[in-house]
Parts: sequence; structure tokens; C-alpha cells
Amino acid sequence: MATDSTHLPGPAATSRSSALNNPQVRSIIAQVVLVVLLALFIWWIVGNTTDNLRRQNIASGFGFLDARAGFDVAQSLIPYGSNSLYRQAFLVGLLNTLLVAVTGIITASIIGFLVGVGRLSRNWLIRQICMVYVEVFRNIPPLLVIFFIYLGVLSALPGARDSLEVGIPLGIQTPFGLIGWDDTIGFNAWLNNRGFFIPRPVFNEGSWLILAGLIAGLVMSVLVYRWARARQMATGEQFPVLRTSILLILGLPLLAYFLAGMPVDVDVPVKGNFNLTGGVQVKPEFLSLYLALSLYTASFIAEIVRAGILGVSRGQTEAAYALGVRAGPTLRLIIIPQAMRIIIPPLTSQYLNLTKNSSLAVAIGYPDLVQIGQTAMNQSGQAIEVVAIWMVVYLTISLTTSVFMNWFNNRMSLVER
Amino acid sequence: MKNLVKLLVGAGVLAAASSVASAATLDDVKSRGTLRCGVNTGLAGFASPNNQGQWTGFDVDLCRAVAAAVLGDPDKVNYTPTNATERFTALQSGEIDLLARNTTWTLSRDTKLGFNFAGVNYYDGQGFMINAKNLEGITSALQLSGASVCVQGGTTTELNLADYFRANNMEYNPVVFQALEEVNAAYESGRCDVYTTDQSGLYSIRLQLAAPDDHVVLPEIISKEPLGPAVRQGDDQWLDIVKWTLNAMIIAEELGITQANVEEMANTSTNPEVRRILGKEEGSTLGADLGLPNDWVVNIIKGVGNYGEVFERNIGSGSPLKIARGLNALWSKGGIMYAPPIR
Ligand SMILES: N[C@@H](CCC(=O)N[C@@H](CS)C(=O)NCC(=O)O)C(=O)O
Repeated sequence: MATDSTHLPGPAATSRSSALNNPQVRSIIAQVVLVVLLALFIWWIVGNTTDNLRRQNIASGFGFLDARAGFDVAQSLIPYGSNSLYRQAFLVGLLNTLLVAVTGIITASIIGFLVGVGRLSRNWLIRQICMVYVEVFRNIPPLLVIFFIYLGVLSALPGARDSLEVGIPLGIQTPFGLIGWDDTIGFNAWLNNRGFFIPRPVFNEGSWLILAGLIAGLVMSVLVYRWARARQMATGEQFPVLRTSILLILGLPLLAYFLAGMPVDVDVPVKGNFNLTGGVQVKPEFLSLYLALSLYTASFIAEIVRAGILGVSRGQTEAAYALGVRAGPTLRLIIIPQAMRIIIPPLTSQYLNLTKNSSLAVAIGYPDLVQIGQTAMNQSGQAIEVVAIWMVVYLTISLTTSVFMNWFNNRMSLVER
Repeated sequence: MKNLVKLLVGAGVLAAASSVASAATLDDVKSRGTLRCGVNTGLAGFASPNNQGQWTGFDVDLCRAVAAAVLGDPDKVNYTPTNATERFTALQSGEIDLLARNTTWTLSRDTKLGFNFAGVNYYDGQGFMINAKNLEGITSALQLSGASVCVQGGTTTELNLADYFRANNMEYNPVVFQALEEVNAAYESGRCDVYTTDQSGLYSIRLQLAAPDDHVVLPEIISKEPLGPAVRQGDDQWLDIVKWTLNAMIIAEELGITQANVEEMANTSTNPEVRRILGKEEGSTLGADLGLPNDWVVNIIKGVGNYGEVFERNIGSGSPLKIARGLNALWSKGGIMYAPPIR
């Protein structure tokens, strides 16, 4: 044995060549090198940046977040004024981003599902309308849709003095004269080039009873649903759950309203010096961004829904029909739940897209995180910090959405037994 | 979007470039052969491209004057249009050598943003403009409570506006855009009742509206807006060059040196001050001390004219804006334009 080693090449040489040939070792080495390079690169960037900033005497650090912002913001979900801090200004921007993202996602999902199902409808006209919708919105850049709604539609509305009242006309003007009454049932809602003005409920003392009624209605609806389900499982008898729930959820708060002595007033928009005042003003910047993102994203969601439904084997439908299940329940109870598994992953991307596209807000002056960040960047002079805040916030929103949708996806997959 | 990309690139350059503020801007400009000047995106009279695509205007002429002083040729300028937000990152990142874009000289811009202002080329103040046809009876800014106000973001304008309404216990709805043309479009379409910016800007913008005569500028001036050229900190020589280019233009006006007579005066004048400024004084190193040729002032005045000529041609009586000299008249003529002596 001892003599062998003298004939063979040195053991060191053997092990070196074999270690390098070992793919596992090689990949570890490659990864270590990569991490080191990345660390060096980051170190270089950070060093360079601080160096450059120092040499140019540009302020750095996040201390400015605690300074007075000094500028006002057009739309805010929390109390904000020019005396607020930069930190609060960023929060206002973040909430505005989330507002348009969440409302946009809800609306886009609803429209997308309807249009997606509509594209598979047996009705020729519905199918065509849905197809045109998808092809139009899918093929226009979202920025153009935003501009179209902002400049083409909302800017073209009359000024504050000639606001259009939103209501139900009681008659129509025809070439043969007026049919019906020359009157409208107004909702005290108005539309002009400053936005959409709607009455605002003012909850006075005693209003808690209404909230209590609403909660009671919701809780009872859930109980009724459970009970009805259990009963159906046991006896096969059905119970009109939906109708009962609606009655409970609307009826109980209404009852509470009267019992509490009608404690709710309405603050109606009225004409002021420059504009309508009072009520709630939905600004055209929000409206156009919200509508554009919803309509645009809905066209993609529609295609995803269509693909999802088509992805469920035809046999499922046939089996359902063979068992005598009608078309509606077949879609609702058999096809859609299975289609969901195909739909959710691409749907997640669309939700993320919508959220990121919301930064197109700058183009029309909607005060989202980016627009407020730009102002803050200029007033504080701290460009790098602001860009860092943007990146971290969008990353966090996106990752949170992904995590939630993955959870939802897993839950939906479990439905399959 | 494009603006956003520009901003991000600006911030990125600031982060990555290893020699952003190479101290010797003068050497860079000379070896490049052109001056890179940041101007606004199109404010008629101050900086806007004419129908031949050449940039003209009051701020543009300052860029041209510096190019004439440094390179002997006022045409050797590369213009970068910047909106209110982009201008600062453009200068910080070294994308431009000089910012001549109705920018107000403030303390924080001088300190936190890392700039130096080379003087004031226009003394301005913030004003309000309304459509008098739609808003009859409004004659004062103090009647504006409840109005929607169009304003460009990232400006001193935005801050003064907030202060003014707060100080006077008035309310307003800000309508904020980053790009000038968006503010203009919003005001024109009636999205807001009031347009606020520097008064000089208001006069210029009013001319671009469909019916300029319908609009009036209210009498209140709510702030001081000394507008001037800015450079990066850390390059005193370059700061001096820009500062003295502006001073030379003002002094030339005082001395009656004009674009038309500058050559002649250089050759024939016996006034020692004129001779000194125009580089004819025996053994004088005034130009060389700045890092410039001795006839630098001759080049400036030949290239763009003196301060008064530049004013009248672009924004004064010789222009559609017809802005009166007002505060911007020479100190000896009732204004506050005043330059330290060249000696
Ligand atoms: N002087 C103010 C405001 C300057 C400013 O940006 N004014 C606007 C409105 S007149 C402008 O020139 N915009 C031109 C542009 O964005 O291209 C400042 O320095 O903050």
C-alpha cells in the first residue's frame, strides 16, 4: 500500500482536480464569488455616493422626514396641511397610492370577470361587445387611457357654474314634444370639470345604534347561512339565504335609524364662490386614474378568466348537465371554483401591474407616492433618499400582494378534494 | 414618465459616477468645446425654441454669454430643458454645467442642495393670475379663499402659496403638476380658478393662452423671487466666471457699451474703465485671473449685448411680453441692478 502512493500522482493533485470537477463544489464556489462581487459592488456604490454627496455638500440621510413639509396636497385621507412633516406627506402619498390600487383592483376584477364570462356567452352580441372591449383596452398604453379620460372626458365637462346634476329624468324631449314631466329626480350629486360631487352623510349623536344594527345584521346573516347549510346537508331542503341576508343587513340598520330618532344628516354640495362646496368631492385626477387603471387591467383579467374557464374540461359541464344542474349553478358551483386555480397566479401579476401603473399618476397630478415624492425631493433636495423610499415601498406593496395571493391560491387549491 | 426616468437616471448618476463634480468645470467645458446649460422647457421670453429650433430667451442669453466668455462663441451651447423637479438633479449629477432657469436663490438651495448662486439676473415676485371673464369682481388675491389654484410642483411657488393662504386664513385646493404644459392646460381648461407663479412667468404664460386678454394678473406680490444662475459647489473658478459674466453685462449697460459699439469702443475709447473692462488696459491680467482670454467681455457683449439689451430684446419693450424694467433697472436708474466693479 505504501508503495502505491509513489507511483500515483500526488494526492493533492488528485483531490484538487476532483474537487473542481465536482459540480456541487463548483457551484458553491461560483456562488461565493458572486456574493463577494455583489457585496463589493454595493460597497463601491454606497461609498461613491456618500463621497460624491459630501464633496458636493449635498445633504444626505433621512433626517429631513421630521422637518416641516411646507407644501399642501390636493387629496388626503388623513389630516394634512403645510405644517405637517415630510413623513406625513409620504404617508398621504402612500395612502393615495393604496386607495387607487385597491379600488382599481376591485373594479378591474369585477369588470374583468363579467367580460371574461361574457366572451364565452351563448349570446352573439354579448360575445362581440366583450371582445371589442378586450381588444380596445388591451391594445392601448395605459397612459393614453388615463389622458383620454382626464383630458378627453373629464376636462370637457362644464365648469363649476354649469355643473350637471346627476339624476333620473322624468321625461324626455322628443321631436314631438316632451314625453313625461319636465323634471328630474336629483340625487344632489353634481358633475363638473372639478370632479364628481356627492352628498356626505353626517353622523350625529345616536348613530352608533345604526352601526350596531349593521353589525347585528351581518352576524345574523352568517348564522342563518350556517344554519341553512347544515339543514340542507341534513334534509336537502333549501332556504332563501340571500334574500334573508339582504333583509337583515339593510333592515336592521334602517330600524335602528328610526329608533334612534333619525340621527343622520346629509351635507349636500352647494354652489360656492368658486366651486361647489360641502359634500364629498371626488377629484378628476383620482377619477381618471381609477377608471383608466380599472378599465385597462380589466381587459387582461377578462382574458385570464376566459382562459381559466376554457381550461376546465368540458366533461365537467356535461356531467353537471347530465345530473340536471342548470347552467347558472354549473358555472357558479362547478366551473368557476376549478377555473380559479388557473386564474389566480396570472391574476396576481395583473394586480401587481395595476399597483405599479398607479405611478402614472404623475402625468395628471394625482398626489400618489411618486408625485408627492417628486415634490419632496425638490423641496428637501434629497433625491437619493426619496428614490430609496419609493423602491422600498413599492417592493413592500408588491411582496405583500404576492404573499396574500399565494395564500389565497393555496386555499383555493385545497377546495379540490 | 419620461420625466421620472430622467430623475431616476439623475439620481443614479449621482450614486454611481465616481467623478461627478470634477472640480474644473472650466477645463471640461473647454475640452468639450460646448457649454451644457439647463434651461426651462419652454417659457416664452425666458427660454424657448424658436421656429428654427434655436433656443432663445433671457435665460438662454445668459448661457450664451458664458459660452462667449469661455469659448469665444455664444453658439457653442447645448441646452437641456428641465422642469422644476429635474433641474436640481441635472445640476447635481453633472449633466449640466450651469442652471439658468428662473430659479429662485434660497438658503436651502445654497446649502442642502449643494449649489452656489452666481447672482441675480431677474428680481421677481410671485403673483396670481385669474380669468377675469369667469371671475368678475375679483380684484385682489385676498378674495381667493376657496379657489382651486394651479401650481407647478417642486417650486418655491408651491411653498409661498401654502404660506400665503395660511397666513391670511384662507382655504384653497392645490392642483399640482410637475410639467409646465400640464399646469397650463389645466388652467386653460378651467380645472383651476387661479394660476400662480413668478410674475414674469405669468406674463409669459398669459401670452400663450388662447385669449390672453381675458386674463389678469392680480396686484399682490406675495414673495421675493430673486432668479439667478446656479452652479455646483466646490468649483470657485467656475462660480467666478458665471458671476462675473453677469456682472460684466450689467456694467456694460452702465457704461453704454452695446452689441453695436463694443468693437469700436474697444479700439477707440480713452475712458480707463471702459479700456480696463474690454481688456485694453496695459498689462492687465483681469481676464487671465478668471481663466479667460483678455477680451472676454468683448466676446460677451458682441455675442449677446449688455444686460439692458438682453432684457429689452427678450422680455422688455422689444418683445411681446413688454415687461417694464422695474426693479431690474440699473441702480442708477431707480432699480436695484447693481454690479461690483471690474478692477
Ligand atoms: N422661481 C421658482 C419657480 C420657477 C419655475 O419653475 N417656474 C415655472 C413656472 S413659470 C417654470 O418656469 N416652468 C418652466 C418649466 O417647467 O419648464 C423656483 O425657483 O422654484
